[in-house]
Amino acid sequence: MRLSEHQYRSVSAIRGPLLFLERVFASRLGELVRIESPDGRSLSGEVLKISGGKVLIQVFGGTHGLDTRHTTVSFSDAVMRAPLGDGVLGRVFDGSFRPLDDLPMFIPEFRMPVIGAPINPVARAHPVEFIETGFSTIDGLNTLVKGQKLPIFTCAGLPAREMTDQLLRQARLPDGGPFVLVFVALGLTHFEYQFYRQTLEHMQSRFVAFINLADDPVVERLLAPRLALTVAEDLAFRREMDVLVIITDMTNYCDALREISTAREELPGRRGYPGHMYSDLASLYERAGRIHGRKGSITLLPTVTMPEDDITHPIPDLTGYITEGQIVLSRELHQKGIYPPVDVLPSLSRLMQHGIGKGQTRKDHRDVANRLYRAYAKGCDLRRLEAVVGRDGMLADDRRLLDFADRFETEFVHQGKKRRTIDATLDTAKTLLDSFREVAL
Amino acid sequence: MSGKVTSISGATVCVDFPDLKIGDRVLVGTNRLTGEVVRLDGSVATVQVFEENRGLGIGEPVTTAKGPLTVHLGPGLLGGIFDGLQRPLPLLQESSGDFITGGQNPFPLDCTRSWDFSSAHKAGDKLLAGETFGKVREGHIQHHLLSAHAGILEQLNTGELQLEHPAAILEGNQPLHGWHSWPVRNARPYRRKLPPTTPLITGQRCLDFLFPLLKGGVAIVPGGFGTGKTVLEQTIAKFADVDVVVYVGCGERGNEMAGLLDEFAELEDPRSKRPLMERTIIVANTSNMPVAARESSIFTAVTMAEYYRDMGLDVLFLADSLSRWAEALREISAALEEMPGEDGYPTYLGSRLSGFIERAGAVETLSGTQGSLSMILAVSPPGGDFSEPVTQACLRVAGALYMLDSQLAHRRHFPAINWNQSFSLYSDTAMAHFSELHEEWAKLQARCRDLLQREEALREVAEVVGMEGLQDGDRLLMRTAEKIRLDFLCQNSFTEDAYATPQSTVEHIAKLVAEHDRLAAALDDGALLDDLLKEAADASL
Repeated sequence: MRLSEHQYRSVSAIRGPLLFLERVFASRLGELVRIESPDGRSLSGEVLKISGGKVLIQVFGGTHGLDTRHTTVSFSDAVMRAPLGDGVLGRVFDGSFRPLDDLPMFIPEFRMPVIGAPINPVARAHPVEFIETGFSTIDGLNTLVKGQKLPIFTCAGLPAREMTDQLLRQARLPDGGPFVLVFVALGLTHFEYQFYRQTLEHMQSRFVAFINLADDPVVERLLAPRLALTVAEDLAFRREMDVLVIITDMTNYCDALREISTAREELPGRRGYPGHMYSDLASLYERAGRIHGRKGSITLLPTVTMPEDDITHPIPDLTGYITEGQIVLSRELHQKGIYPPVDVLPSLSRLMQHGIGKGQTRKDHRDVANRLYRAYAKGCDLRRLEAVVGRDGMLADDRRLLDFADRFETEFVHQGKKRRTIDATLDTAKTLLDSFREVAL
Repeated sequence: MSGKVTSISGATVCVDFPDLKIGDRVLVGTNRLTGEVVRLDGSVATVQVFEENRGLGIGEPVTTAKGPLTVHLGPGLLGGIFDGLQRPLPLLQESSGDFITGGQNPFPLDCTRSWDFSSAHKAGDKLLAGETFGKVREGHIQHHLLSAHAGILEQLNTGELQLEHPAAILEGNQPLHGWHSWPVRNARPYRRKLPPTTPLITGQRCLDFLFPLLKGGVAIVPGGFGTGKTVLEQTIAKFADVDVVVYVGCGERGNEMAGLLDEFAELEDPRSKRPLMERTIIVANTSNMPVAARESSIFTAVTMAEYYRDMGLDVLFLADSLSRWAEALREISAALEEMPGEDGYPTYLGSRLSGFIERAGAVETLSGTQGSLSMILAVSPPGGDFSEPVTQACLRVAGALYMLDSQLAHRRHFPAINWNQSFSLYSDTAMAHFSELHEEWAKLQARCRDLLQREEALREVAEVVGMEGLQDGDRLLMRTAEKIRLDFLCQNSFTEDAYATPQSTVEHIAKLVAEHDRLAAALDDGALLDDLLKEAADASL
């Protein structure tokens, strides 16, 4: 333990968002530092690596205007902590926890390290409680449960934004209780942010927002989700609230990670992303969940824009390996005018099995979902055949299956802006299945 | 003796500490975080820290734990839930709450629990190292207490035994406890390896019938995300006909581990009718737990598995997933600034992996009994691309490949095992056993493969000419193949169908093939397929 704050003016190099300092007496890994630029600007940073007296610091906020002669770095002897307390609700912050809503900073009741500790696997409660999102494709076929992490895989130009907004407005817990929203914008354009502001206003004061826009410092994109999840853990596990965390867009997060990794001269992995990206993403996603004996929960819904619409790209790929399923949007359905354009075949909710059926949704849920999947998958297979031989060259049963696939998309998947209850979803499905009874679905 | 931290880069820490050995366990910093020495350079040792080390400072003290990374082996491991360093997670929860913090090292075995210790030995008997010197009853199994070292028995404390007290005294007043420790990186010894001969029944029709595994064999299960690796591994963990199951959640989801723990606590072992947890050991190192402990977790687990094998038991080791282990190895290698090989993995990935996988096998134990350690290892290839280094390195040593197919998974065909590309080198040996069960087994298996193969070819034709353009005989074949796929190969893990006995499996396929032959014969006699199918549909109503 050091007794006083250490200050240094021994910056030896500045490279991108990284600062190299020499002759430091005793620093700690992950230590929070304050950096004073020659023109009086104050920035924060974090110790990434120490080799004897040489220290590598990651600077949050731009390094513009820093120099090697006059820049002062003070060491705090503590890891970075997020300020927490009831005052956080209803507020909008930037990626470094500074207020963006023209109000003074709230008075923190206490602080917690932003790198959360992992939940002990035996303390975790298995997520089982159904959340009604109002979307048939999610509620009926890829059911979301409380404490799950379920990303939305979208492509550039698809209405993921509208879906997220609608989901926030209409998501309901089984007991009808409301959610608290923790909203994290990473590298969002001003145009997109304007859109989400209306959603936040709709939530009244049941939200906390961390906003990092496209022209804000890139390094803060790595910090903002960690601050947000620390706040979410406090709301969920101390205040016992049901928290919904929306992070948009994880693709910008991963690009920021790649940028820092390259600056550190780490070995690049697939497509230049660092080899530790899986562990890094897991350290965010795994903070979702429930704990035995505590009422609150963290349900995580990140948005991932798939570069080149490619689901095997490292970002959606590693995300899919960590999250409990994925909701995949399809350009093809979008072009057919179907909203929400959810492609149910590659979509999946791993925790669905325990969240549906009697006592949760309805007794017939599993059976209806299985039959819909089978019939639609078959119909989609037959579409390829149809493209070659034409509808006339096909068996009567196969033609009916093609009709089914079409009507499934226009009647079940497509629902416009209307909210469907789970009953309405299952009834729509049953009506559809009944009208195709003769092809023995 | 102690040293000081001189540099820190993530979980890799350099300490100035002379006289350490490679593989030594050290305690780093004021929080006493567990680490392992991985490199020596003069008096500077590079240490891989197994716990979260943010906040660790330069100059903090380092002490040695005198000896390598070990696990403690003794009665009471069954039913246990450990992390990658064999720390019991329930005890960690008691001592430090719902979140895991570093620097805690509770003893993994319950020292105060009483065991009824009996022995066939008597004072004056000569014991070899690793030999059984007595037994206690642990759940449904006879737990053999294995001697940690050789010597002549002087005294045996049979009757009520607690692990804190010695179970026996060897000549020279050397106490012999009911437990001992073993370095995780060293395979436990045996007299000799035996060729595996007995099938391991998984209860999955597709596996037992088409791609059987033997006790002592190794299967790998590669599959992209969402193809059902975890569900398949967990289903096999429930139903496999073995004495002990060791399940490692290596770098996977916390919620899935929670689900597994909930479920296993409630379910019972279909054979012994005792709680399933009584035959299971779980090692959980979820994806957000420290990376280095993920690397060690499979060694911790396999050493416990070998320990039960050494009692002459059949042990099944399941890992989900080996790719996460390989990635941990890659992260550690990168932190050590080693020269990277393919995809950034260290060039010793293949040798490290085969060294690990070769710890499986059927053996004659040091006590002269026969035991087996089988492995089913999930692999998560990035982008579902099987040409990546981990899948390929595994393929060189595994005896069976259960390849999971995302196309099948999208169609909700589970288990999504691709029947064209999977294989089992154990098929012939297993056949000898299965033929005793049903003499037509081999023939039926060949028929089944043939039907599926021909469907594949016909499907290509159908894509050109349409189903209308196919002959009745071909349409019948398509229909039968579809039935085999949907009724026989598909198996829902969430219903009663999750487990099928080999007897019901072979009867099931025999029925489908017989119906096909009957209809094919009718077609030969001039009947029309549509009429036959209508008849069959009416009959079933």
